[in-house]
Amino acid sequence: MSPVKTIFRGTALLLTILALASPLLAQGPRGESKEPLVFESAEHEERYKEMTLELRCLVCQNQNLADSDAPLAQQLRGEIFDMLQDGKSDEEIISFMVERYGDFVLYRPPVQGNTLVLWVMPIAILLIGAITVAFTVRNRSRKLAAAQNKENN
Amino acid sequence: MIGRFVPVILFLALGVLLAVGLKIADHKTEIPSPLIGKPLPPFELPVLGQPDNVLTNDDLVGTPFLLNVWASWCPTCRIEHPFIEELAESGALRVVGFNYKDELDDAQAWLARFGDPYEITLQDYSGRYAIDLGVYAAPESFLVDANGTIIFKQIGAVTPEVIRNEILPRIRK
Repeated sequence: MSPVKTIFRGTALLLTILALASPLLAQGPRGESKEPLVFESAEHEERYKEMTLELRCLVCQNQNLADSDAPLAQQLRGEIFDMLQDGKSDEEIISFMVERYGDFVLYRPPVQGNTLVLWVMPIAILLIGAITVAFTVRNRSRKLAAAQNKENN
Repeated sequence: MIGRFVPVILFLALGVLLAVGLKIADHKTEIPSPLIGKPLPPFELPVLGQPDNVLTNDDLVGTPFLLNVWASWCPTCRIEHPFIEELAESGALRVVGFNYKDELDDAQAWLARFGDPYEITLQDYSGRYAIDLGVYAAPESFLVDANGTIIFKQIGAVTPEVIRNEILPRIRK
């Protein structure tokens, strides 16, 4: 057998093994046998995904509900699932969370009095930066022009 | 001329911002409860170890009390427990226990070992009512006034300072 053929066969075999093993690998490391949620409709599933991404896990505060393995996050995901099954709207579900845990559960806090700084600050800082740059550039080009004028005269 | 001071001013402003950030960093994990000023959410929970003895708000509300959320798996609950006991023994305030997501045996063993200062202990095995209370960790304690309104929430251990500075002044009013 030629070396090229051997390599080709080897690669093909490897790819086959990987293709067969990948579904197992995908489930393996977690070791959790959580029952998968069975959604009534694709629309429910979509809304569930969106909401768990937008809501913060209270226990591990830099994770959202979708990512967190904390027991409370699992339980809150369950609550969201149940509310979806009960035909609750997104607004109702979100306000259920906010009533209990405050605006803090929202990764996108509403624009209101106490969050105004949060929303306005980045824009303000960007503006200040832009103005500073504009001024600096203008000053420099003026100085340069003045210096060139001097030289020419 | 003024331009020269801009970096200094910016530096000072940044310094102030960071100092404030450091100051509040200790409390960053404490989420202000939206339930302050609201009535204690309606509940129906059994007394610990008495599954048939189910209580509701009406059974508790009447005079101010501290609802102390604890669990046998919660290390900080042990730390605060002597202070909770002291408060209960002083007679200044009723103290109601709230056993959170705990196994009955563990909870009862815990009380037997560390003492049971509670007027009564509610059992929330599933933790479902705790969600209504916005509980996200133990220990947490809710101060409920005579009308059944939550007037203060302590996240983390109840210390003598918290009792002296936060809890007692609020019920004397």
